[in-house]
Amino acid sequence: MLDRLEELQREALQKVEQASELNDLKDVRVAYLGKKGPITEVLKGMGKLSAEERPKVGQKANEVRDEIKTAIEEKESRMEKEALDKKLKEESIDVTLPGRPVRRGNRHPLTAVVETVEDVFIGMGFSVAEGPEVETDYYNFESLNLPKDHPARDMQDTFFITSDLLLRTQTSPVQTRTMEKHEGQGPVKIICPGKVYRRDEDDATHSHQFMQIEGLMVDKNIRMSDLKGVLETFAKNYFGEDRKIRLRPSFFPFTEPSAEVDISCAICDGEGCRTCKQTGWIEVLGAGMVHPNVLKMGGFDPEVYSGFAFGMGVERLAMLRYGIDDIRHFYTNDMRFLSQFK
Amino acid sequence: MLVSYNWLTEYLHIDDYTPADIAEKLTRSGVEVDILHKLGEGIEGVVVGYVLECEKHPDADKLNVCKVDIGEEEPVQIVCGAKNVGQGQHVAVAKVGAILPGDFKIKKAKLRGQASHGMICSLQELGIEAKFVSKAYATGIFVFPNDVKPGQDALEQLNLNDTVLELDLTPNRADCLSMIGVAYEVGAILDREPKLPQPSVHTAQELASDYIGVSVDDKDDTPFYGATIIKNVKIKESPLWLQTRLMAAGIRPINNVVDVTNYVLIEYGQPLHAFDYDLIGSKTIRVRRAHDEEQMVTLDDQERTLTSDHLVITNGEKPIALAGVMGGADSEVHNGTTTILLEAAVFNGSVIRQASKHTGLRSDASTRYEKGVDPARVKKAGLRAAQLIAELADGDVLEGPVEVDGRDESPAKVELSLERVNRKLGTDLTTTTVEGIFHRLGFSFTKTAKGFNVEIPSRRQDISIDVDLLEEIARLYGYDNIPTTLPDSVTTPGGLTKKQTIKRKSRRYLESAGMNEAVTYALTTAKKESNLRPSWIKHDVSLALPMSEDRSTLRTTLIPHLLDALSHNKNRNVQDVALFELSSVFHTVEETVTTQPNEKLHLAGAIMGMWHEHQWQQERKPVDFYVVKGLVEGLIEELDADGEITFEQEEIAGMHPGRGARVLVGKTDIGYLAQVHPATAKEWSLKNVYVFELNMDRLADQTKGDVRYEPIPRFPSMDRDIALVVDEKISSGKLEAVIRYEGGRLLKGVKLFDLYEGENLEEGKKSLAFSLKYQDPERTLTDEDVSKVHNRVVEKLEAELGATLRS
Ligand SMILES: [Zn+2]
Repeated sequence: MLDRLEELQREALQKVEQASELNDLKDVRVAYLGKKGPITEVLKGMGKLSAEERPKVGQKANEVRDEIKTAIEEKESRMEKEALDKKLKEESIDVTLPGRPVRRGNRHPLTAVVETVEDVFIGMGFSVAEGPEVETDYYNFESLNLPKDHPARDMQDTFFITSDLLLRTQTSPVQTRTMEKHEGQGPVKIICPGKVYRRDEDDATHSHQFMQIEGLMVDKNIRMSDLKGVLETFAKNYFGEDRKIRLRPSFFPFTEPSAEVDISCAICDGEGCRTCKQTGWIEVLGAGMVHPNVLKMGGFDPEVYSGFAFGMGVERLAMLRYGIDDIRHFYTNDMRFLSQFK
Repeated sequence: MLVSYNWLTEYLHIDDYTPADIAEKLTRSGVEVDILHKLGEGIEGVVVGYVLECEKHPDADKLNVCKVDIGEEEPVQIVCGAKNVGQGQHVAVAKVGAILPGDFKIKKAKLRGQASHGMICSLQELGIEAKFVSKAYATGIFVFPNDVKPGQDALEQLNLNDTVLELDLTPNRADCLSMIGVAYEVGAILDREPKLPQPSVHTAQELASDYIGVSVDDKDDTPFYGATIIKNVKIKESPLWLQTRLMAAGIRPINNVVDVTNYVLIEYGQPLHAFDYDLIGSKTIRVRRAHDEEQMVTLDDQERTLTSDHLVITNGEKPIALAGVMGGADSEVHNGTTTILLEAAVFNGSVIRQASKHTGLRSDASTRYEKGVDPARVKKAGLRAAQLIAELADGDVLEGPVEVDGRDESPAKVELSLERVNRKLGTDLTTTTVEGIFHRLGFSFTKTAKGFNVEIPSRRQDISIDVDLLEEIARLYGYDNIPTTLPDSVTTPGGLTKKQTIKRKSRRYLESAGMNEAVTYALTTAKKESNLRPSWIKHDVSLALPMSEDRSTLRTTLIPHLLDALSHNKNRNVQDVALFELSSVFHTVEETVTTQPNEKLHLAGAIMGMWHEHQWQQERKPVDFYVVKGLVEGLIEELDADGEITFEQEEIAGMHPGRGARVLVGKTDIGYLAQVHPATAKEWSLKNVYVFELNMDRLADQTKGDVRYEPIPRFPSMDRDIALVVDEKISSGKLEAVIRYEGGRLLKGVKLFDLYEGENLEEGKKSLAFSLKYQDPERTLTDEDVSKVHNRVVEKLEAELGATLRS
């Protein structure tokens, strides 16, 4: 009987070996391990055996069964894996086909500049202040030391609505409005971004509507050296650690002393190139110490308080930053332009 | 102001600095030099030639064949086409091998068979702007007016070896509108004292006062009026040096008398006017305000109607000049003039400014008066002109100019303490340093206990208070030398207000939702807005004097310019565009605006084309109402609105009558969203466009600002679905409202998940299916609990809206 069992094992293992489909294995399982299979048959005939032989045959029968079962299982799992591999292979796709885009828009380059500048100054403890675009003559001019007949009014051609109402030509009126709210108590530390308007024909470098960012700091003992320090901090933050600034004397009615502020050219690193017109410097903003008349009109005592103010053109900053050559691009809203500012 | 370097050397030793050095120094200390004009740049080989012979070209009518002595052994033959060429002239000759501007090389040539070895030049060919060229030479060659020698460098003779500094003066620096003023400024920078002209004139026996009497109505209008009489004047061409200096200063030479007045104007910054004495028509000068409607013809032959705002010089009766602006045509100096009256006067700047503005006449004289001339210089300038006219026009200057002098000659004084200087600048200057700066500026001062009492010369009318002086100290000390510090001030937190945060959040939300930010112009036309303007807007806000019709009114809505932007893109074949803008709109309730109008921050969007597209997978989803609604809902949720968001169907101006909704947060109207009316869209050559426009000021008021955490529910929720059949006129919103109301406390959410119209439904009916989520924060709900509420919801839907449950 032991021989018979071994023969059965050989037979079964061979069939397992030969099986080419999962169904063949199922057949082998049923044929050899089923209740009516030959191994069961062998076990049924055990009654005829001696008490000594019986356990030996029983053990052998179990061994054979396990062998066959293991062989079937191994083969099964191998075949399953092969089948899966085949299926997955068939499922392979062209990964170079375009993906499904995630729809995203961009912020306008002017907004990007404004928010960056705001954040630099917020980091220095400034708040953001805003004011109306339709201003009174008082806030736009008079309170900024530009009385009605002042020749410097010619510097800015104004869109008047009435003799007293106008489109603000600068963000500076926010200075006076904010100072008034402080009722003569410092410190005032604000940054004021916004749209402004001037009677300019639109061309590559002029726009009747544009944006400015104004800054104002008023407190006791604010010095011109502080203006230099704050602007240098800004320049390094905004334009890069290696940038230097330089102040040149200038004139604004609402500051004195006044300065034009240049930044060392990032393109040539101050050596001189086309962008900086060979000077190594690029004019980026106007600044100065707040004129005592402006402090007075804002409700601050110029004997006690002093301050500085500065203003910059957002378009200019954006043009420098992104290398844009025509200011009209900012207002045309061409998608081929807007979609570039990620 | 154009400053000739060569001319400047007359007043100041600057030979050791190049024009570029001087320009740099001026710019760095506050007088910006915009451009350096290098005269004669790119010109080589141009010499003085003497025309020995000049004959008509045998074969060409318009050409002349000249034999020209150019200082070489043999004269050269030159064919010249200029009409004014002639024998006996000294001319500028570009020799063979010479180079003219534009890299134009002169070569040997043959013109109609005649050899030509060089070119006789016009001034324009030597790089001088046509508008500065004397009319005598405007259409021909230049002829040297006086002695020059053949072979001399013509550029040097013509002052074309000069560099002209173009100053971009700030309005406060009127003192630099003269050569002497610039000499003071450069002198202060270099610490060198300028040498000024000392005019003197040998006068004739006769008295000017026998010829003219001067009266001035108002000394505020005319602080000084001086009239000099010069007889036996010969009007002719000015000498070369005078002509070339004027051209360098950007002034066209006319004749010796006019040229002298212009020369002194540039030299001293003092406007002068020469009248033909014999044409004045009286022996009287009276300066007065014009009468309203008074007429006069100015030098440019324009008839001017005057008002009492204008100051005029009269002959006692009628105006002969518009004071400080322009002379009269009747008394103009002409070639036959023999006696002149030379006016040197100081007029009130703001009166001149008004007249100049009124008449639209701006001249070198009026700009200087407007900004304020130096009253201390007027008499000297008059004397200087008289001297030059005597020299150059052989005139006899009569004794004693007739003057009316109402000038206030007490000098301005400014007190300044050293402590204040250092406190304001953040410097550590010593008394000596500050004194040194005053000395360089030519300001005299006395020392006081605290600092200085400084006498301000009248040429510096921009200095009247201590900060003016502080600025002078700072700029001459050098801004670069001021230290760099940080404010020694209390720390402040800084940051954004709630509204500013909302603006940023809105932008980020819309950008990440796939919209691009646009910025458009605020100025528009009422016509463009016409049918898009909300009916409740009473009046728009318009400019008094618009630059163009297109930009005449402030917008009341952001939509039209966004449509412009869509249209712009469509025309460039960009079809799928989603733009938003965050900007102010304006309107007023006043018929005629007198106070600041309403200015509100709006957020608007405009979308056209495909919203969602994946071509190779054949997915194309054009934008529709619900895309925009989703955007708006999402935005308001993002901003954490304090109140329920609802949408009410409404017909909105310029919009599709059936596809528009008012957006409410709680009961507050926030704005609208809609499809643009096809007729409106067509005006922009657009088709399917969806827009929204929200009032951000109102929306900001309706937001909570702070996020409050709500505990995560501890008990499970239970979902129940209902499918309803209702009349097609019943809106989803109405059904939802009933569901929410009846669902009460336990109803946590309602979601529409199916909408069906058509087959298997009765005509005029539609089916909607909602999923309702029930939950109790306190306990686990039973089937029974939910059924109780749910059945009530169904009953109400049936009773109130005639809904039936769909089986
Ligand atoms: Zn550069």
